[in-house]
Amino acid sequence: MQTLGEFKLPHFFNYPPYFTLQPVRDTREKQIQLWKELILDYCRTQKVFVIGLDEDFQLFSNPTIERSLSHEAREAFLSALVSEGRAEWLDKGHRKCLILWHRIQDWADLILHFVKENGLEDSVMTVEEIRSGVESRGTELHGMDRTILMRALKLLEHKGKLAIFKGTSADDEGVKFSI
Amino acid sequence: MAGNFLPAAKLTASGRPVLDSGEVECSLLSTVDLHSEDLLAFPLLKSGLLILTTHRLLWLSSDSNTPTAVYIPLSTIQHIFSTKKSIKSMFHSPRVRFQVSTTPEGHVSEKGLKSLVITLILRGKTDIDSFLGKFWDAWRGRAWETSGSATESGPGSGSREGSESLALKVPVVGVSGILRKEQEMWESTDKSLQDAFQDLNALMSKAKEMVVLAERMRLKLLSGSNNQTSETNDDDMGTKEEMQDWLLSVGIASPVTKESAGALYHQQLSRQLADFVKKPLERAGGMINLIDIYCLFNRARGTELISPDDLRQACSLWEKFDTPVMLRKFDSGVMVIQNKTHSDDEVFSRIRSLVLKPDALRTGISASDAAMTLGVAPAMAKEYLLAAEGKGFLCRDVSSDGFRFYINLFPEISPDDRYFVKDHGIYSMWISAVSFRLAFFTDYKEVGKSIFWTMTVDFMENKLPSGCQIYSEAYKIPELFFFL
Repeated sequence: MQTLGEFKLPHFFNYPPYFTLQPVRDTREKQIQLWKELILDYCRTQKVFVIGLDEDFQLFSNPTIERSLSHEAREAFLSALVSEGRAEWLDKGHRKCLILWHRIQDWADLILHFVKENGLEDSVMTVEEIRSGVESRGTELHGMDRTILMRALKLLEHKGKLAIFKGTSADDEGVKFSI
Repeated sequence: MAGNFLPAAKLTASGRPVLDSGEVECSLLSTVDLHSEDLLAFPLLKSGLLILTTHRLLWLSSDSNTPTAVYIPLSTIQHIFSTKKSIKSMFHSPRVRFQVSTTPEGHVSEKGLKSLVITLILRGKTDIDSFLGKFWDAWRGRAWETSGSATESGPGSGSREGSESLALKVPVVGVSGILRKEQEMWESTDKSLQDAFQDLNALMSKAKEMVVLAERMRLKLLSGSNNQTSETNDDDMGTKEEMQDWLLSVGIASPVTKESAGALYHQQLSRQLADFVKKPLERAGGMINLIDIYCLFNRARGTELISPDDLRQACSLWEKFDTPVMLRKFDSGVMVIQNKTHSDDEVFSRIRSLVLKPDALRTGISASDAAMTLGVAPAMAKEYLLAAEGKGFLCRDVSSDGFRFYINLFPEISPDDRYFVKDHGIYSMWISAVSFRLAFFTDYKEVGKSIFWTMTVDFMENKLPSGCQIYSEAYKIPELFFFL
């Protein structure tokens, strides 16, 4: 069985029609379903947050059988994820796509869990600290996409679980938890 | 019903009259009544299709439930009455009256001594004068006499003398006498006109001879190939077959033309086409491209070519008749003619067995691969493949290698566990077909050797029937070559 890095690829990854957008409805639905799951799983294990449609993305081509997805097919599969709320387009031209293997709500729950685990209920942290600090090392929060993190924090702020404020340095923001 | 008085005419499956050799249709009229005022027992044939040929006058009932078809041989006609122009005739449907010879019981027959006046009532909007003109021409043309010698079955295997002498016996007295005199006068004025067209007629009769010649050659070739198949060499046979094909395709002796059929043109063309396509369809395996038929049909028609639009209209009329063939439009827009009995399932099962071969599992099939297996044109094969794709049997692969089709594995893949492979399914078949090759081509350096060795052992122990192939594949790889 083939692998991409540590990611184990399914057998059908070597099936040439898998890389051609199928025109027949039933077949296409199944194909899209398989692609959606593969993209999410791959992104989760490989910590990929953003897929650029025009950039090389390992999953979208298979050198063994010399097949790669067309732009149209890539957009179709990602759009299917977007319509399910598992991805978001970052621009109007649909060139960059944010992959949400956890929904924003799930990310927010993860943050709350992290705060409670570390006894940070009333403390202050910078956004950057959450992403790359010592505390978050070994958790899913470590190295997470800033856009997604900000969205999750805003959701929590909205619920009154924390407050976001401008920090001393110009490019970072602070978070005051109040759980 | 009319059989007592008029002989029944043979019809083809699609309801076109079977014409004798050399017989050509001259005119078609719809909604024509045929009856006789002289004889009370004579049936009233109402509102049918009247076909005038060079040999006969055919009447076909328009009611498809009780098909009646009768004819009057032109050879039995003694006289055609000219129409009287009167105020009265402007108000009722035009009539054509003519006199035929009958047996004493009333059967229409050439040798009959009695005579009977038959009236045709033309209810449709038709140009009575032009029909009458064609009627006269056909009757006076005496085409049945020339072809009568070639085919015995001709309706008037004609004793011209018989009818002539009969005509002479008609007394020049009474009303019929006056009529006859009038007729003769009319004929003499017409003769001068005829002379003017003599050249043209000469050409026409030559053309007929050519057709007879071609027909004779064909028969000769047929009998020749039957008698001495063993002696003739292949080359000779080839040219003979070619010649036969060519002669056969010269074909339709009496094409339906706009001129002869008028408003009934498409309807008649449609029926003729239904008869025509039978043979090419058989040869093409039940389905044939509309364009191919267009070419074949027009070639058979010779000079009376039809337009593509006429062909399409003729085909679309098949729905209304009970024909064994139908027009079918594929999703891609390609139109074909197929037998109604022709089933796609059989073709699909053949395609299925084709794509399940190990090579096809690995590399898929192209339209030309399918064309070779199915014995049809690549364009047709592609339509079949697309139809099979539409049914979910196949799916496509578009790449720099071209447009190929694979067996549809998508339904086989478990939606819950993408790594799961069911034993003995199509999916596992496909995996085993592709895996050896992939192992060699991707990371053969690491995996290849071990796989190769296990296989070699299997091969030596005769466990692997296709071992030879693997052996030869391994031979191509330099690292493995070392081990061999």
